[in-house]
Amino acid sequence: MSSAQFVQYIVAGVTSGSIYALVGLGFTIIYAVTKIINFAQGEFVMLGGLLSFTLIHSAGLPLVPALIVSVLIAAAIGAIMYLLAIRPPKKASVVSLIIITIGAAIFIRGVVGQELTKNFVRTPSFSGEQSISFLGAYIDPQALWIIGTMVVVTIILHLFLNYTMVGKALKACAINPVASSMVGVNPKIMALIAFVLAAAIGGIGGVVLAPLTPISYNAGVMLGLKGFVAAAIGGFKSPVAAVFGGLLLGIVESFAVAANWGPFTSGYKDAIALMVLLLILLIRSGKLAEEERAG
Amino acid sequence: MLARLKSSWSYLAIAALFVALILAPFHWFLGQYTTLMIFIGIYTIVTVGLCLLMGYTGQVSLGQAAFFGMGAYISAILSKTYGVNPWLAMLIAAIMTGAFAYIIGYPIFRLKGNYLAMATLGLGLIMWILFVQLRQFTGGPDGMSDIPYLSIGGFVFNSSFRRYFLVWAFCLAVLIISQNIIRSRTGRALRAIHSSEAAAESVGINVDQFKVKILVLSAVYASLAGSLLVYHMTIVNPQIFDFMASVKLVVMAVIGGLASVWGAIFGAGATRILSDEVLLRFGDWDVVVYGLILVLVMIFMPEGLFVKLKEVFQRLRLRYRQRGIER
Repeated sequence: MSSAQFVQYIVAGVTSGSIYALVGLGFTIIYAVTKIINFAQGEFVMLGGLLSFTLIHSAGLPLVPALIVSVLIAAAIGAIMYLLAIRPPKKASVVSLIIITIGAAIFIRGVVGQELTKNFVRTPSFSGEQSISFLGAYIDPQALWIIGTMVVVTIILHLFLNYTMVGKALKACAINPVASSMVGVNPKIMALIAFVLAAAIGGIGGVVLAPLTPISYNAGVMLGLKGFVAAAIGGFKSPVAAVFGGLLLGIVESFAVAANWGPFTSGYKDAIALMVLLLILLIRSGKLAEEERAG
Repeated sequence: MLARLKSSWSYLAIAALFVALILAPFHWFLGQYTTLMIFIGIYTIVTVGLCLLMGYTGQVSLGQAAFFGMGAYISAILSKTYGVNPWLAMLIAAIMTGAFAYIIGYPIFRLKGNYLAMATLGLGLIMWILFVQLRQFTGGPDGMSDIPYLSIGGFVFNSSFRRYFLVWAFCLAVLIISQNIIRSRTGRALRAIHSSEAAAESVGINVDQFKVKILVLSAVYASLAGSLLVYHMTIVNPQIFDFMASVKLVVMAVIGGLASVWGAIFGAGATRILSDEVLLRFGDWDVVVYGLILVLVMIFMPEGLFVKLKEVFQRLRLRYRQRGIER
């Protein structure tokens, strides 16, 4: 492997890893505040991508407003999902909540497939198709947009959680919902904010991903699973850990496919992430079971 | 008194069900729906396994289509490519799928709740990727066709009418076996595990072992159903066993009631009739409807639609009888 190839694979891995990181951030935020794994998390990425495509091509909106509106709609759908599906059941078991979020996921997917499009779609690149030469590797400028967006989102989220009143309330609620409600933090409102934030971050992932890789209405399952892997590597604890988990998964995937050896051919690309998922879950199983009992 | 009445009512219901099932495939009764009824029988077998797993152990499986697909593909490959007798192929498929479930059972049940769900989802997807990618065995995305029929001596199950009785014989056997398991020591142990694992363990129940046993049983059921499916359709392809297939199986179990064996017929039946007869007229909206069903059933009746209906029926009867006493 030449150094140019090496750089090429690193960049490819970091790019897809950035998307996994954004999905992983959503999982982490919702899990921290509500102890729910939102199986619909990948759908928000899909929504961001397909909504921006529809707004640009059918509604004729210019690029920037289309992206902003897409993210806002995704966030609104996150809020609606929480209010209509997650909040109503009283004392729901873990299994019921899993089934509810899956139901919501396939509902969203079905409506998008029917009302928007069933085709793979690509939106125009943010800054042209001309690839940039870097250390002998050719980089799609959109990859830089994706990586940059992920970094900016992570920094803003970090600042939000640590330096604003609402962010601190979210953190308090994540640490102990009962104690925080005694000092005036409403856990239900915090849960709503968590869903909106996670949906918006997913939507952002979708709008920056769509110009690089064509996505379709059923892309959500895989994106969700890989984001879950990212969050699981990070232990569902801190957003920064989820980001590193995402980047790690992206790079592993990129090099495993690059090796093109034995089972590691591109047809099995998704299976690699799934193997990592099972491995992580089994390695961490003791610790995860403890947390589940405590939480 | 009430208990006796209740049991005599359920015997009556089961007897009526049997008569209806025997008469169903004749053309003057429900003959035009024979194919639909075959699919209901096949999916009932998978659903019973999932009901046992989800209802009695409180564990969710989002990858049940993996076992279903293994049964189908192993039977198809053995009997078509290698010329193995279809019955033998079916048996080998069930043993292999059961063994696979046993091997993954212990590590996977170290996980609980959310993580277990994710792990089963992952397993289901890995298996689906294998069905698509192992082209030399499975025929890739197009799958396989011209799989032979089952036969006994010279009697070939080459018509829907014949296969109907075959499938429902299997289905009823599976239902009765499951019913007996629930009423045995194993069933009581499983219910104890569902209420509290710690309490079950403290009275000497080997929790992990019981969970794995039920996983193996559900895998064997799914495998048998998969085999019956390929010997009915004589084709197989990966789309039948994708992620949505696993979700639909969960829908069936949820509608049927997670802790009721006979509810599985209701769940599989309602879901198949909904998708094959009703939703076809509305294009591809079935996915949307499934999503709605999952959310609504879980919010309003987490113990399942069938169980809820039974409750409502019993309450109505009780009220009716009370009125009689008052008069």
